[in-house]
Amino acid sequence: MDFAFSAEQDMLRVAAKEFLAEQFPLDGVPAIVDGEPGWQPDSWKQLAELGWTDPDLTLLDHTVLFEETGAALLPGPFFATVALAWPAFDDELKTQVSNGDLRVSLAWAENGRPQDLRHADYTTTVAADGRVTGTKVLVPDAAATDALVVVVDGGALRLVRTADADVRALSTSDRSRRLYEVSFDNAPSRALNGSLADIENRAMVLAAAEALGVGRRALEDGIAHASTRAQFGKVIGTYQAVSNQLVDAYAAVELARSLTYWAAWSVQEGDGDAEVACAAAKSAATEAAVTACEHVIQVLGGVGMTWEHILHRLYKRAQWLESFGSGTRALRARIADAVIG
Amino acid sequence: MDFRDTAEEAAFRAKLRDWYAGNFDAEKMPAAGRPDVGFLREWSRRLYDGGYIGLTWPKEYGGQGLSPSYQAIYFEEMVRAQAPEHIGVIGLNMAGPTIIAWGTHEQKERHLAKLLSGEEIWCQGFSEPGSGSDLAGARTTAVLDGDHWVVNGQKVWSSYAHIADWCILVVRTDASAEKHAGLSYLLVDMHSPGVEVRPLKQITGDPEFNEIFFTDVRVPKESILGKPGDGWKVAMTTLLHERGTMAFALVAQLRQHFTRLVELARQPAPDGSVPANDPVVRDAIAREWVELQSLAFTNYRTLTTLLTKGQPGPESSVVKLVWSEANQRLTKLARSLQGLSGMLDDEGGVWDGYWQYRQLRSRGNTIEAGTSEILRNIVAERVLGLPRSR
Repeated sequence: MDFAFSAEQDMLRVAAKEFLAEQFPLDGVPAIVDGEPGWQPDSWKQLAELGWTDPDLTLLDHTVLFEETGAALLPGPFFATVALAWPAFDDELKTQVSNGDLRVSLAWAENGRPQDLRHADYTTTVAADGRVTGTKVLVPDAAATDALVVVVDGGALRLVRTADADVRALSTSDRSRRLYEVSFDNAPSRALNGSLADIENRAMVLAAAEALGVGRRALEDGIAHASTRAQFGKVIGTYQAVSNQLVDAYAAVELARSLTYWAAWSVQEGDGDAEVACAAAKSAATEAAVTACEHVIQVLGGVGMTWEHILHRLYKRAQWLESFGSGTRALRARIADAVIG
Repeated sequence: MDFRDTAEEAAFRAKLRDWYAGNFDAEKMPAAGRPDVGFLREWSRRLYDGGYIGLTWPKEYGGQGLSPSYQAIYFEEMVRAQAPEHIGVIGLNMAGPTIIAWGTHEQKERHLAKLLSGEEIWCQGFSEPGSGSDLAGARTTAVLDGDHWVVNGQKVWSSYAHIADWCILVVRTDASAEKHAGLSYLLVDMHSPGVEVRPLKQITGDPEFNEIFFTDVRVPKESILGKPGDGWKVAMTTLLHERGTMAFALVAQLRQHFTRLVELARQPAPDGSVPANDPVVRDAIAREWVELQSLAFTNYRTLTTLLTKGQPGPESSVVKLVWSEANQRLTKLARSLQGLSGMLDDEGGVWDGYWQYRQLRSRGNTIEAGTSEILRNIVAERVLGLPRSR
């Protein structure tokens, strides 16, 4: 039993924290995501130079990184490329991504179809000559990509150049992770190996990791506010009705952290419990992040309700993550199947 | 990071599993899940003779000198066998570790082996009618008279006192000192003249905890842990262990409850319905499983931090808090699956009233060993760094 990150992983975390605080601090995010294109395209090369898109990184390494990019609400296609499309990459794509020359997202959901990452029945088709036709919705950060991994009828994965698709922005409450509708009209494509099944567990672990970062960051704001704001002559953190809300949020985030690390390890090692571990981690971590944001909005009072404050952006990311892929109820139904039968 | 057993751990686990298979039969457990003292004493002795008690304690005092990861395996296998715990929970989790930390060689020689074997049972004399959460307000006194401390006062909510041989007792030895500095920590023979135990019937109907009255009880001068005035520091060692080592036992118990909850849900309820077919019940059970796993893996995290850094990480502070509420929800869910039949609490009830006892007992979980209110304050101040509320 060894539940510790390696010294290298601890160093990776510290380096990521420092880099993000210096280059992409959270308080700079609103100006970026409220404008166009909604992210800083030159950041992509920097991430590649740091080695964050290196194909040799393990899932536990990426778990460390996504907790930090989640806490920073780093805008851009890092999640789409590394947490979603990643398992579909062949060697050629891995090299391009690793060099910072390629950004990719995953196009799976369609109107009127389940939005989880295990569905195979789609109306998007691929012709014998490899041309893809159909419409995908809720594609994350599509406008920031060079290519899309498209799930077609039957569950096969195809690679389409974003330039060959029609990409329309959908008004998304989480401005830092926008969703798009993408149509393909006889768009040329090439086949990819792998399937949604390879993508799902990894995506759930990294969504959980991001949620840990979001929850932690919200909690830090709540603690800072409760430690300085005074009412009736006392700092409000001394009132237990206030402090208890922060304690409960802390407990939820820390317990979910244990599950997330367990899930990451299980997927990385191909452990038999990987599927239920991912369901537990993703449901618990995203729920904890949502709860943490809600408690902190309450602790901040009116300020927590303002557009000006950063908190609503963390809250919307938490909601994004909770809704993404399989939602909490669906994940618990999956767990029930495993533990009850 | 690696959650697999090492080769040594795997060998220990296999041996222990075999041992349970040869020594324990769940069918022969007393019904209704109420503690049966005679049965538990005998069972505790058998565990001790098997070499499975005091796994992490020093060998020279009857322990096995193993790393805490073996204790974790012990609890996992205990749950797997659906076997009960050793009867001496106060001794094993509180008195013993405190004696190891603070005791003289003579005290360790005198107490530890008998505590491990279950031959001597311990109770805790901390709470008083006027000071529950506020331990430093204790008013039971001990005055030195020649070679003895003379103890007078009253303790309350003391589990196992009615069957205990020894008591870890917090007393005031210096009335003029600041309230924390005036405390001392005694080891008291419960068979001494002047000790009177009055059982308090709990909401379960069982007299599990007690009042203890001390009237001119003479305690040998050397039966003190630390020096006079060290009582607060020594008591903190006890509480640290109550909230640390015990965490594995608590989660093990929760897993036993969870296993039985699933078993219950799969059976037809008294009204003929099968709860496991109800999506609302399935959702609730899945939620409890997630909570259970999160507690179990948080304990493993704590264990790793303990092994590598010498002390548990801050996340360990929430385990008892979250566990207590989880156990309350889980047992409540189990009782609710039985409809009005859930009011039948003995023979004639489902499993002879197993869940009725467990559910009522669980209400104490958020009160004993630090109320949830106190635990939240501790997390707020010591972990989150919020300003002190008192």
